[in-house]
Amino acid sequence: MATKDAPVNNPMVDPVTGEYRVIAPGHTFKSVTEKVSRIVLTSHTPLGWWFGLLLAGSMAGLLLTAVTWLFLKGVGIWAITIPVAWGFAIINFVWWIGIGHAGTLISAILLLFKQGWRNSINRFAEAMTIFAVVCAGMFPLIHVGRPWLGYWLFPYPSTMNYWPQFRSPLVWDVFAVSTYATISVVFWYIGMIPDLGTLRDRSTSKLAQFTYGLLAVGWRGSVRHWVRYETASLLLAGLATPLVLSVHSVISLDFSVALMPGWHTTIFPPYFVAGAIYSGFAMVLTLAIPIRKFYHLEDLITIRHIDNMAKVMLATGLIVAYGYSTEIFMSWYSASHWEYFMMWNRMFGPMGWSYWVLITCNIALPQLMWLRKFRVNVGLMFLMSLIVNTGMWFERFVIVVTSLTRDYLPSSWGTYRATKWDYATFLGTLGLFTFLFLLFVRFLPMIPMSELRMMLPQAKVKELHGEPLPEAGD
Amino acid sequence: MPLPEGVYGLMAEFETPTQLVRAAEAAHGAGYRRMDCYTPYPVEEAAAAIGFHRDEVSLVCLIGGLLGLAAMFSLETWISVWAYPVNIAGRPYYSWPAFVVPAYEWTILWAGLSAAFGMLALCGLPKPYHPVFNAPNFRNGATSDKFFLCLESTDPKFDAVETRSFLEAQAPLSVVEVEY
Repeated sequence: MATKDAPVNNPMVDPVTGEYRVIAPGHTFKSVTEKVSRIVLTSHTPLGWWFGLLLAGSMAGLLLTAVTWLFLKGVGIWAITIPVAWGFAIINFVWWIGIGHAGTLISAILLLFKQGWRNSINRFAEAMTIFAVVCAGMFPLIHVGRPWLGYWLFPYPSTMNYWPQFRSPLVWDVFAVSTYATISVVFWYIGMIPDLGTLRDRSTSKLAQFTYGLLAVGWRGSVRHWVRYETASLLLAGLATPLVLSVHSVISLDFSVALMPGWHTTIFPPYFVAGAIYSGFAMVLTLAIPIRKFYHLEDLITIRHIDNMAKVMLATGLIVAYGYSTEIFMSWYSASHWEYFMMWNRMFGPMGWSYWVLITCNIALPQLMWLRKFRVNVGLMFLMSLIVNTGMWFERFVIVVTSLTRDYLPSSWGTYRATKWDYATFLGTLGLFTFLFLLFVRFLPMIPMSELRMMLPQAKVKELHGEPLPEAGD
Repeated sequence: MPLPEGVYGLMAEFETPTQLVRAAEAAHGAGYRRMDCYTPYPVEEAAAAIGFHRDEVSLVCLIGGLLGLAAMFSLETWISVWAYPVNIAGRPYYSWPAFVVPAYEWTILWAGLSAAFGMLALCGLPKPYHPVFNAPNFRNGATSDKFFLCLESTDPKFDAVETRSFLEAQAPLSVVEVEY
């Protein structure tokens, strides 16, 4: 789309295509390398980073406190009860793992679609995935009540002669989430090896040379290695794509296999996946916008990136809106009394406010992203990313809580009011996530240098003037 | 002329990927086979120029994936039918559609791990020490902004003088001797 409203002679606009550039002009292999590796290799740590680490670290300390208290007292310190047995733990689990999905989408699906613009943001989107999965994975584990027996979830020859029951989506989830965590870490690490080689070669301190050297496994940039590396990256992308779709589908089956009004629906898998990508892109923006400002990366993470991510959010947001309308339609069309009541209760029951928060944050306000002026306004997009993240958290709240509080028998209805420990655990995971992310931007290359070099115009091999290619075969 | 002891090869440094590919093609055309190019990002043309077209990573990945599939599906079947049969609402013990999901996840898990670690193994990595790192200009450029062609001394056509003059004719920034 042409950017007619962009100022004339803006260096960030390509005069040929009229589109915002993916990388600012004038960069060379050296300048890209310098710019990214300096953030890691400098001996000067910005004061803002220390401040952020302190803040995030104290929030992570809150998580430690909350979890310690939980282990001492049991899950009774949370608001979960009968009928709302799932509560915050599952809301947060689904929310966090959904956030992770955008990282995989950016690194895998956009790689398969040859979307070059993803190169600047894929590394930290992948890091975001891993830290989000760390936060997500914790919730089911601490929710089981006796987390020290969490390994019972896995099939292993135990002295009790007991084995998992493979017809349950909860068991599928164990395999989906553990596979997702493993593959995400491997994909992230493999993608980082060439850049770790760069850091090894550019660092001056002995400790950094040793550490990065160890992590770089002796990468020397041989073109034979590069060919295998490219194949492996493509294969991992091809594998991560169906994986990411399956993970949130399996999570949605945890709900939809149950015979609960509001849960028992076939729209859940695609609608959960779209919602996951929606919230994940919002989180990428929440992270990218401050980082590009703080580390002066505006010419590598450009307006084009923000604009493109806004478009993806708009599209996935509309899929989510379609999911909501299908739910409403089916509650009428199914002619089921229970379904009809569930939807009425969701909208106008005692917790109806949460449904309207969700609709405002996820459906109404994001329509502003149709406007180009809105999409290229960095401050407004930051605000929008926070709104969508809030909306997506409320989506899970609505699904878990309003469905469970009032199911079939009025005599077994209940209510739900989160305790301070629920909030402490949730805030704590936000702190842990930020803490890990700050460590990542300080010690690892947050922008893939080798992939940025590939995107520069001078990276292309020019036509060899009339020289016939020698018959290569030995 | 006898080879000097302890020389791994001759390393030419180039400014642009085009110069590197041209030099690599010339070397391959001149009959050199034991050589390698080192670049800061993937340059497929350079790999083609030195006659490297196929890699086995895909095959390793396929085998890994099929093993994962077979492993999980048979584990599920064995557990549900023989080791620990549980009647869940009258469903058959061998409920294969339910077994598809974990088997699918393990296919991806094993295929992904095989692709990643298979790639490293095929490359001979981890290998912290390699003679090319001894070239004085290598670490400054190969992972940053320069392009290298190394003709190795084990090649039957390698000759310390002739090979050097061949490389110098390719307009490199420098040609250096790489020690073992």
